[in-house]
Amino acid sequence: MSKKIWVHAEVADGKLLNVTFELLSKAHELAEALGKDTVVETTLLGSELEEEARRLAEWGAETVYLVDDPDLQMYSPVTYVPVLAGLATSHGPDIWLFGATAVGSTLGPAVAARLKTGMAAHCVDLRINEGGKLSAYVPSFGGKVIGEILCPDRTPQMASVKPAIFVKKDPVPVKGRIEKQDLSAWKGKLGTGTLKPVNVVRRPPQGMPLNEAEVVVCGGFGVGSRENWQLLEELARYLNGATACTRPPVDEGWSGEYCMVGTSGQSIRPKVYIGFGISGATHHICGMNEAGVVISVNRDEEAPIFQVSDFRVAADVNSILPLLIEAVRPKT
Amino acid sequence: MPYNIAVCVKPVPDPKHYDRVTIDPVKKTITRAGIPTLINPPDKSAIEAALQLRERCGGSVVVISMAPPDGAEILREVLAMGADEAFLLSDRALGGADTLATSYTLLHGLKKIEAAKGFRFDIVLCGNETADGATAQVSSQLGEWLEYPHLWNVSALESKGTDGEGKETFLLRTKMENGYMEWTAQTPFVLGIARDMTKPRFTSVMGIMKAKNKPLTVWNRADLDTAEDTYLGLPGSPTQPGVIFSPDLKRSGELLTGTPEEIVGRITAILRASGVVTGG
Repeated sequence: MSKKIWVHAEVADGKLLNVTFELLSKAHELAEALGKDTVVETTLLGSELEEEARRLAEWGAETVYLVDDPDLQMYSPVTYVPVLAGLATSHGPDIWLFGATAVGSTLGPAVAARLKTGMAAHCVDLRINEGGKLSAYVPSFGGKVIGEILCPDRTPQMASVKPAIFVKKDPVPVKGRIEKQDLSAWKGKLGTGTLKPVNVVRRPPQGMPLNEAEVVVCGGFGVGSRENWQLLEELARYLNGATACTRPPVDEGWSGEYCMVGTSGQSIRPKVYIGFGISGATHHICGMNEAGVVISVNRDEEAPIFQVSDFRVAADVNSILPLLIEAVRPKT
Repeated sequence: MPYNIAVCVKPVPDPKHYDRVTIDPVKKTITRAGIPTLINPPDKSAIEAALQLRERCGGSVVVISMAPPDGAEILREVLAMGADEAFLLSDRALGGADTLATSYTLLHGLKKIEAAKGFRFDIVLCGNETADGATAQVSSQLGEWLEYPHLWNVSALESKGTDGEGKETFLLRTKMENGYMEWTAQTPFVLGIARDMTKPRFTSVMGIMKAKNKPLTVWNRADLDTAEDTYLGLPGSPTQPGVIFSPDLKRSGELLTGTPEEIVGRITAILRASGVVTGG
């Protein structure tokens, strides 16, 4: 019998997220391992998404299950959970992947609970094992330990993956079709209760998005002050890169959680990572170890970050940062 | 109006010491000997949120945890922060639970409390994720088991006043990539509270004294009489653990030496060699 791998496609402001394509690329790899008759399909919920559904069908989704309705314009567990659980019950996917985004991190496990199946969270690798089951690799204890998670007896075998963990590859040529369903098909099955989404407020993007930047300038507690933090941002600007942080600068108020890298933040894979004043707690390393070249500046020669660095600078941040800014400042 | 509030908490090994977590090469199990246990940090934010609600509206704050017997110490700390009563669900039969089994166990703990008290919980709060497993799945799955609407990564919870029937409407915020989402809701609901939503209060000496006389009940598997074995512990968990290993992330680590000027010269050369444009 042919097997089905599903990817839940997610949109923000009406546009598909990168993580959806990263998951589609991985889904095709898994499909190859599962056998030739395995199909890759997607679920897509929202409002006025026919164009994005066509993009998915052209990109490598053999079927796009689209539920398009003004009532689905914003995410709500009251609508999204029963609709997705219903689609799975009708079509029986074997594997189902979700992006571990703000929405996917709550929608995925809620759907898993509805279907009484298992979900592996924040996977760093997905493979098909000898028994034809999904083998999901999940970090715990801040990435110090990686554990394999299996869902041997129930389906779908579900997994979530953070953006930028997998790589978006070339589209896979398929003749995808869109299977559009009406939200009215779920009449009486949607949740009740008074919870209502009111609006989505997005900050205008400040500079380069962190998980797309080729250079990331990352700061830790050793940066020392808000004034020095501005120097980090200046350096990132000159390098056409992005600024990131560990937990302490968020607690100090120098930086925001939105650019925190690690297990409770984002995962990044830039060409170059330059870390200043970062000790290298396992939680942080888990989010940056896919970087191409890692340069670390820390005055503590024993800092764990040096263990995972290609180039170590055992010096005070203040002795290096201003000089580096001068060296890369655009000449006018 | 007064609310019956439940807060789910988990004792976790102190995240500051995760570099000391090792894998026993023979037994292939995780060794965390000597690492102190504390309240999962985001759970403290949830406790604080619950205490603030009780201070504003009245009602009660009950804490519940599924943990080994020494979890009682952590619950005593939560009582010292100001919670009214604590319940520990502790039994070998509950061990090895994944998030579906954990949330199912918490459901039946909450049901048992509700039956004993003769009320329904209006608000159930969890921290949005735990420091050790960090799946962040339990609050959403508990919401599904309870059949309550649920939100995750909640960063604000404010009153918007009461409607004609005296029912309060809340304005909530959840964190999104580059922003947030706003919601309105009336109780009941389940929330996964973001670590920075509140600033957890410190425990006072008076709080510690009072906590000694507050009720702390321990229930085992048999006490959870409404729960079926199908969804309990490791046997009832749809996910099962396979191999575990410590990833080897070591890099060569060339030490750059010399004067600061020389070091900066090396860094810019490395940047250029990596295709990064500098000094445009």
